[in-house]
Amino acid sequence: MNAPLAHEYSGASSDAPVYELTNVSKTYARNSVVALENVDLTLRHGSFTSVIGSSGCGKSTLLKIMAGLIPPTKGRVVLQDKPVTGPRRDIGMMFQQATLFPWKTAVENIVLPIEIRDGKAAAKKAMGKAHDLLEMVGLKGFENVYPNELSGGMAQRTSICRMLITEPAVLLLDEPFSALDELSRDMMNMELQRICREQDATAFLVTHSIQEAVILSDEIVVMKPRPGRIAEIVKVDLPRPRTLDIMTTPRFGEIVDHIRSMLDKGEAM
Amino acid sequence: MTDAPINQQLETGAADDTVWVQEVAFIDSIPRWIAMTFVFVVFIGTWDVVTRLELVSPIILPTPWETFDDMIFVGSNLLSGGYMLGALWITIQEVIYGFALAITIGFSLGVLVGETAFGEKAVMPYLVAIDTMPKVAFAPLFVAWLGFGIESKVSLAAFIATFPIVVGTAAGLHSADENARMLFKTMGASRMQTLIKMKLPTGLPQIFTGLKIGAVGVMAGAITGEFLGGGKGFGELIRVAASQLNTPRVFSLILYLSLVGLVLYLIVQWTQRKVVFWQKESVGAHDH
Repeated sequence: MNAPLAHEYSGASSDAPVYELTNVSKTYARNSVVALENVDLTLRHGSFTSVIGSSGCGKSTLLKIMAGLIPPTKGRVVLQDKPVTGPRRDIGMMFQQATLFPWKTAVENIVLPIEIRDGKAAAKKAMGKAHDLLEMVGLKGFENVYPNELSGGMAQRTSICRMLITEPAVLLLDEPFSALDELSRDMMNMELQRICREQDATAFLVTHSIQEAVILSDEIVVMKPRPGRIAEIVKVDLPRPRTLDIMTTPRFGEIVDHIRSMLDKGEAM
Repeated sequence: MTDAPINQQLETGAADDTVWVQEVAFIDSIPRWIAMTFVFVVFIGTWDVVTRLELVSPIILPTPWETFDDMIFVGSNLLSGGYMLGALWITIQEVIYGFALAITIGFSLGVLVGETAFGEKAVMPYLVAIDTMPKVAFAPLFVAWLGFGIESKVSLAAFIATFPIVVGTAAGLHSADENARMLFKTMGASRMQTLIKMKLPTGLPQIFTGLKIGAVGVMAGAITGEFLGGGKGFGELIRVAASQLNTPRVFSLILYLSLVGLVLYLIVQWTQRKVVFWQKESVGAHDH
């Protein structure tokens, strides 16, 4: 997280692995459904990876395992050389809904993870950092505003700050902008790219939108359902930084078409 | 298209079939205070006509003016610190103690039932079973156990008001959504932290709904207790007035009593507005 800003944020294939999953499977005991089968995945430092697939392909199970919310049935899950055995402060997570608490102001919501882990005094000390983060996402001046007064996009920006306050080694993003309208969504995706670049973040995004996956990612994990498994990992070789204009280039179209055909094949099975 | 032409049309008063006015029925356009006064006048007027024509025996229904005179009499007795004020104070004490007891027990049971699987499995069924009973029927028992003093009324009042508070608290604790729970898990929050920092504040609107229903019940409990268990409270005054067929007095006593209930309700509502400041106004939403 504290690497210099000059770091080249492209492909990043030469960088050290941050998050490694080896042969991970998950079977739900209660209905013996195989949600995930033999998933191997490596997230390298500073890379952006997306996972895409139809519903039931196990991507939310995968995300929950990576967040330390549920244990895998078998396989190794290792973040920064330490096995993940539960929620950790070096895992940042963001949901479809901003999930800000209406009785707390924007900054108070942002320092909540610190308050929970280290107590009120530590949370107070982190206020300055929360202000800086708000400024970074373009919400300077909204520090003491309650969530009721924030738009959907502003609320999601605030929840980005809350995710970043603990300086996590990996960002897990669960369809973070899917509840926004399309215009705000495009804008937030560009914001996300900028923020990941500035923070030199390792990010993992679950999405339903192929375009969103292609414009943001270095690698796209295409998953197939029943049982949930990886069909293909698509490398996105579009230059960075990417703008919305890139969506009109032929290469962008090729990648989107390729992923769509992969997904259609998965659907037919 | 700009709105300049429309403005011109309006100024000249010319008709334009592209401009239309949404019609509001006359009855819905009456200002609130006029509408309320109107209903009040119609009510009193009907009451007056019914008594004037002696459609109902004056023993059963006094005229509004007799009732009004008696309200002034009772009011002056209350203000001058007469025996009625003493009776009212006893009833107010029963209501306050009963409500405090109901809040303490109701909230504790609500947390037990809403937060623990044991409470939900083993305690909730019994609470539901008791809640379906007509709780007023327990009044003679409380009198037998606790006597004719204030204690039996406090107990009945608390008994009636506890259940809505239990239900409100339990429902409130369940109202946190899946994302919020997951967020607290990812932050490594303990069960206690999740309860205090997330579930309780999230559930405050429901908890206050329970408190409001309880506030109404506590009044009913105290008065029922006084009807069935004697004592020196306001309920006893009503019972005596009714046995003397002094219906104007019964009416005016009930009106003053309802003021006490209203004040209690308003205190709860005011507290709710202060504590749950983020909650959008839902009570009286029809006003707007």
